[in-house]
Parts: sequence; structure tokens; C-alpha cells
Amino acid sequence: MKTIFKSLFAITVLSLVFSSCGNGGSDKKSGALSSSAAEKVYVAPGEHDEFYAFVSGGFSGQLAVYGLPSGRLFKVIPVFSVDAEKAYGFNEETKPMLNTSHGFIPWDDSHHPDISQTAGELDGRWVFINGNNTPRIAKIDLTTFETTEIIEIPNSAGNHSSSFVTENTEYVVAGTRFSVPYPQKDMPIAEYKGNFKGALTFISVDPEDGGMDIKFQIMMPGFNYDLSHPGRGKSHGWFFFTTYNTEEANSLLEVNASQNDKDFIAAINWKKIEEYVNNGGGTKAPTNYAHNVYDEHTHTATSTMKDEILIVNPSDVPGAIYFLPTPKSPHGCDVDPSGEYIIGSGKLAAELTAHSFTKMLAAIEGEKFDGEAYGIPILQYEEILAGAVKQPGLGPLHTEFDGKGNAYTTFFISSEVVKWKLGTWEVIDRKPTYYSVGHLMIPGGNSRKPFGKYVLAMNKITKDRYLPTGPEVTQSAQLYDITGEKMELLLDFPTIGEPHYAAGIPADIIKANSKKFFKLEENKHKYVTKSEADAKVVRDGNEVHIYMTMIRSHFAPDNIEGIQVGDEVFFHVTNLEQDYDVPHGISMIGAQTSELLIMPGQTETFKWYPKNVGVWPFYCTDFCSALHQEMQGYVRVSPKGSSVPITFTLDGDAVDAE
Amino acid sequence: MKTKQTNQLFISFFTLILVLLVSCGEAEKKGQAAETNSTEIEEAQGQSTVVDEESAANALQVAKSLPDFSTLVAAIDAAGVDDALVNVGPLTVFAPLNSAFAKLPEGTVETLVKPENKEQLAFILKNHVAPANYPDTQLKKEAKKGRKLYMASGKYLVVENREDGLYVGGTKVLKTVQVSNGWIHVIDDVLVPAE
Repeated sequence: MKTIFKSLFAITVLSLVFSSCGNGGSDKKSGALSSSAAEKVYVAPGEHDEFYAFVSGGFSGQLAVYGLPSGRLFKVIPVFSVDAEKAYGFNEETKPMLNTSHGFIPWDDSHHPDISQTAGELDGRWVFINGNNTPRIAKIDLTTFETTEIIEIPNSAGNHSSSFVTENTEYVVAGTRFSVPYPQKDMPIAEYKGNFKGALTFISVDPEDGGMDIKFQIMMPGFNYDLSHPGRGKSHGWFFFTTYNTEEANSLLEVNASQNDKDFIAAINWKKIEEYVNNGGGTKAPTNYAHNVYDEHTHTATSTMKDEILIVNPSDVPGAIYFLPTPKSPHGCDVDPSGEYIIGSGKLAAELTAHSFTKMLAAIEGEKFDGEAYGIPILQYEEILAGAVKQPGLGPLHTEFDGKGNAYTTFFISSEVVKWKLGTWEVIDRKPTYYSVGHLMIPGGNSRKPFGKYVLAMNKITKDRYLPTGPEVTQSAQLYDITGEKMELLLDFPTIGEPHYAAGIPADIIKANSKKFFKLEENKHKYVTKSEADAKVVRDGNEVHIYMTMIRSHFAPDNIEGIQVGDEVFFHVTNLEQDYDVPHGISMIGAQTSELLIMPGQTETFKWYPKNVGVWPFYCTDFCSALHQEMQGYVRVSPKGSSVPITFTLDGDAVDAE
Repeated sequence: MKTKQTNQLFISFFTLILVLLVSCGEAEKKGQAAETNSTEIEEAQGQSTVVDEESAANALQVAKSLPDFSTLVAAIDAAGVDDALVNVGPLTVFAPLNSAFAKLPEGTVETLVKPENKEQLAFILKNHVAPANYPDTQLKKEAKKGRKLYMASGKYLVVENREDGLYVGGTKVLKTVQVSNGWIHVIDDVLVPAE
């Protein structure tokens, strides 16, 4: 008895020691692990990151530029929302960028950045991104990291299955999430079924300058088109769009759009439709949408309203469109690097579905149809199925690929990233995310050539992960090392807005192309002032145009008189610097707009309506130089009808005085 | 006998416990050592090392490109003020030619460039730089208005409009060159501060 007691005691002591050492050991182990994780994401001061990550801001409407693996934020590129910091949507030059058929729209919901491709590989020329709410596609130039083009998408609503590019950037697509009456008309909502349409828009991209133009719009049945990806390699020439709400419900979709056992992935042979259109097919229909282009030489955007669009009716191009049945309201629609597998992530499905492109072609050839929907053939599910990943997790959303035969899928409800093998469909690893992950991104992970070193998971909910900041807390991105058999969480960093989706690219592909400044001699702005001697102030009725220059560390002119209450004063300001990283800013007391932040060689304009008599200062808002605080000026405002003449001086003399 | 066995058993247990504790401690030390090694940072380099072939040349780049300023450039290097001369400024530099340095008493330059005289050399060089934007047109205005130039050394220089040109600190401005971060005015004397 005593011996048994002693043995029990001894075992207890030992197990305590083991467990404490075990705990200590595992703490040390995680310490050692986190130390190695820290080394993997540590980019020493002055060193550059290996990848750029363009992370959309979701409801911020913008696109943020981060470095990976460090997670450092470099820039927030204004795209669909005004940005007072950069005067985007505030200065006269960029206001046209946000023009639409609904007028000036200062906000949107930016979702899916996609980098241009050549031969199926990232070429790093442009990033395209969609605005969901008032449907638009924007293009960001990766030499200036500025938004240079925005095209509105007519007949569309909730522009969600966008803005993905084909493998030579022939097209960027924009698919409608909400079907709407076509053409728009006053009608009962309850008559949705059969009357609403879902537009899939193919926008051609000029291979030289990236200019966008709506080539054709396919008027599909009134489903919800959720996400899309292009075929690549063997499936180049096709585009795949997931659909949900094939029930065509118009209310309480959370119930009514979840009734069908399977919805569809729409497979579109765009090459066939392109050929049809090039041979005069399609119907020209009246429309109204804005096409906004920013010119790097005039430093000015123009907005053009377009009044015609080419509509393609699916039944007019037989053999171009098929439906692939896919379980339970599929969301993500991802194509593996070889172009063979089309992965549909049924949001409510217990498994992930992989369709085979080869089998799809055979099924089409053999006419293995399971009926049709609105004249579009539905292929037999069993005939096209390549395989399924069984019980992978809860709430599958999106899949990306590492180029080594593995796929990575996010699961919103079970908050995890799951690694699985293409072809065998076996789960290899799963790692938690913190929490409720949406998209994930592997640089090039949706191209023929992924750079399978990291995966970035983007989370909607963070709860306790950071210092609390009141009811609204940051959303986050989490970086995992995927070079080993198992994934390793390396870093967890906060993001702007909602990090909806991202596009990553090796920094070496684009960093050398980044512009340092704009050449003054190439500045073709209507109100450019290329030297101080050319600075002037011109009155035209109650409009006053100030042609002003800025250089370290003064404005020319900096004393202006003869302005009157009730005038409309335009400050056209040119930064004369020709040196990297020397912007200047300007702001005027009482101006009902933002500052201007003007890059070297650039001209920008803001408007000011002087309301009160007096002498009012303006100043440089960018800490430009050692004498930044001295960079200021005054405008004298006289009563309306005053006899004070227009004068403009610098240091007491005319600006061109010797 | 039984008691002895029990004691031995306990001793074995304690030895085992000690071994386990010690091995835990070692693991901890190793972990720390690894972390210390991983956080070394290489020495940072200054702004003068930035490679930029596109921007307009700054004061230092212009001085380096002209053989007439080789002594000045060597002095700038010895005084360690390279980074200041590429700074955003604005800077106005009165740049002495090699011939200006040659006018100094023999051995002066050689003495000044010695490491122990670094501060004195920097002080002299700073007497040639105004933290301001003074093109020649502005210098003429300064002279006309009787305004002195405040130099980076803390000293003031007098500007004069003479019949044959513009003079600063008693020496003639031979030529003016615009640089990205200000102006270079070429002179043929070293402006040695009074003290």
C-alpha cells in the first residue's frame, strides 16, 4: 500500500517535472519558432522587400501597396474614393476620374486587383481593380503608381466577378453580381424572374498603352455572377464565372438563393464570341457610361460619355457558353496554373469541386447535356468532374496555387487555410487564421507561373488580435511561409479598410520602372508655368487665374493683390523641381477643398472663393526643405468692384525682375 | 533494507529531475544566443550614396564632375559633409577652385585634411554654404538692399555689386551654376572665417 502510494507520488512528481519542462520546452520551442519567423519577415533598415503586394482597401475604395515579407505599408493609391492627402478628386485635374453616368461619385468599394499578364505570366505593367457599387474598372499604372483610367460598366450592378485579366491581357472582365432589368425600366421587383439580366462585360486592353474599351457585353440569365477567372494554357480562350441565385430570388436571398442543390459555373468561350463580334455579330444598343482617362503629360483627366454598347445574346452564338453544375452557391472560381482544373468553392457545400477542362471539352463534344437554362446547355456533372476535396473545412471561399501541384483554399466559417494536392484531392495541412478569412494570395497564384514562397490570408475579423481601438478594429493580413510541407504562420499585420483581395509580384519585375519625377519640358498642362519669369495673374471677368511656380523654398509670385470678394480664383501651381522625392504642397486659408501635393514637374489646380475682405495667407504643406516654414505667401482680397489693380510680386519686384 | 531501497529510488528520481531541469535551462540559453545573433544590423549609409541617374544633379554631383573642384571634393570627403551637400536644402555653395586652395600657405590643405582637424575643416567648408536659395539675380538684390548672407558656419558674408561684377566675402563670383538643391557660385579664394 505504502509502496503504491510512494510510486504514485513519484509518478506525480515526475509528471509535474516533465510537464513543466514540456511547457517550458514548448515555450522555448515557440520562442525559437517565432525567432525564426521573425528572421524570415525581418527586412533590415534600408533593405528592400522581395515582393510588392497590392492589397485592395475594400470599402475604403483604394489600393494599398505593401512589401512582403515585412508587411510594411508604402503607399495608398487613391482609386475610387477621394483622397484629400493627394488631392485626388479634389483638384481640377482628377475630378473627371470619378465622373459616372450618375454624376461625380466620390466613393466605391474596391475588390479584386489583378496584375496584367503576358503569355500567362505577370508582366507588372498595370493593376486592374473593380469598383463594386457604381460599377467601374480602374487601371493603375505601375510606373507612376497612380490611377490612370476608369471605365464605367453599364447594365451592371454590384460589379463583383471582376476585374480579372486573360493571359495576354487581351481582356479584363466585369461580371454583374446583381442582375437588373435590361434595359433599365420602371417595373415590379417581384417580376424579376426571367426579366432581369446579368451582364458579363469584356473590356479590351490596348497592348501598347493599356487603353480600355468595352468590346462586347454578354446578356446572360438573371443569376448572380460572383467571381471569375480566365482559362490559361490549354484553356486559354475560355473564361469561367461562378453563379449563385440560379433560383432567381429577389428577396431574402440568404434563404431563397440557397434552395438549389447545384448552381453553375458559366464557361464562356470568349475567343468564339470575339470572332462572332469581329464578323459583325452582336447588337449595337444605346447606353450611357463614362470613360475617364488621366494623361501623364497634361497631368489632367478627361471624362467622355459613351452612348453605344455591343450586346451579345448567348443564344445567337451556339457553342460558346455552357453551364457547369457546381454544388451550393459557389463563390471562388479558380483555375490552376496548367489550366486543367476549375475549382468551384461552394460556400455552403461540404466539399470542394474540381472540374476538368479536358472532360468539359469531351462532354461538349459528346453532347453530355443535362437540359438547358435559358437556352444555354447544362453539362452533366459526373462527366466533367475531376474530383472533390472531401470535408476540407467549413465555408470554402477561394483557392490559389503554388505552382508545385498544391492548392490553398480559405474557409471562412472554420477560419483556416487548407493546403491540398491537385489530382489526388488529399488534404496536406491546415492552419488557423485569426479570424474569418476571405481571399488569400500567392504572388502570381492565379497565373501560369506562381511564386510559391508565401501565401497572404486576408481576414475580416480580428477581435483580440491587436490593441483595441474602440468598437471598430482593424482587419488584417497574415503571411504564411509555404516553402515546406507544412505552412508556417510568420506575420500578422493590420491593413487599410477591408483587405478584400490582393495581387502580389516579385519586386524585381517592376521596381526599376518606377518613375522618379515628371519632366518639366514634357509638361503639357493647359496652365503650366515653366519658369518663375512666366508666372502671372490674369483676370477674366470674375475668374482669376494664378499661374504660380514652386521651388525650394518659395512660391512665385508670393504676394498677390487685386483679388475681390466674389471672384472664382484658380491656383494653377507648377512644381519646378527636377529632383527625386521633392514634392511641394499648397493650401489656402478658407479654400473649400484639399491641399495640393504636387510632384516635381507636375501642375495641379485648386479653386478658391474668397468670401471676406482681408489679407489671407497660403503656404507649402509638404515639409519640402530646410526653409519649408518660410515657403508661404499672401493674397489681398478687396471688396467687390474695388479699384485695387491686379499685381503679383516676389520679394517686392515683378516675378521676372532681375 | 526496504528503507534503503526507497532512498535510492528517491535519489534516482532527484537526479533525473535535476538532469531534466538543467537540460531545460540549456535550451533556453541556446534560444537566447540564436536571437541575439539574428538582430545584427549593418551600418547605415548616408543620402550621398543614393544612386539616381535621372534627377537633375545636386551640388555634390556637379562639384565631383568638374576637375577644377578636385581639392574641394577631397576636402568635403575628409570633413565628412557629403551627406549635407546632397540634402534637399536649399543650399547656396560658394565653391573655391583648386587654384583658390593653392593660394593658401603651403601645407595648409594637407594639415586640414588630417582626421584630427576634421571639425576645423568642416567649419571652414560650412563658411562657404548658405542654407538658402540665392541665384545670382537674388545675390544682386541682396547687395542692393545691403543684406548679408548667413552662412552655415554661423558667420555672415557681405555681398557687393562692384563695377566688374558680384563679390562675396571680398572675392569675385566667376560663374553661377544651378543645381537640383540650389546654386553653386564659383570663386577663386577660400573664405577662411576670421577666427
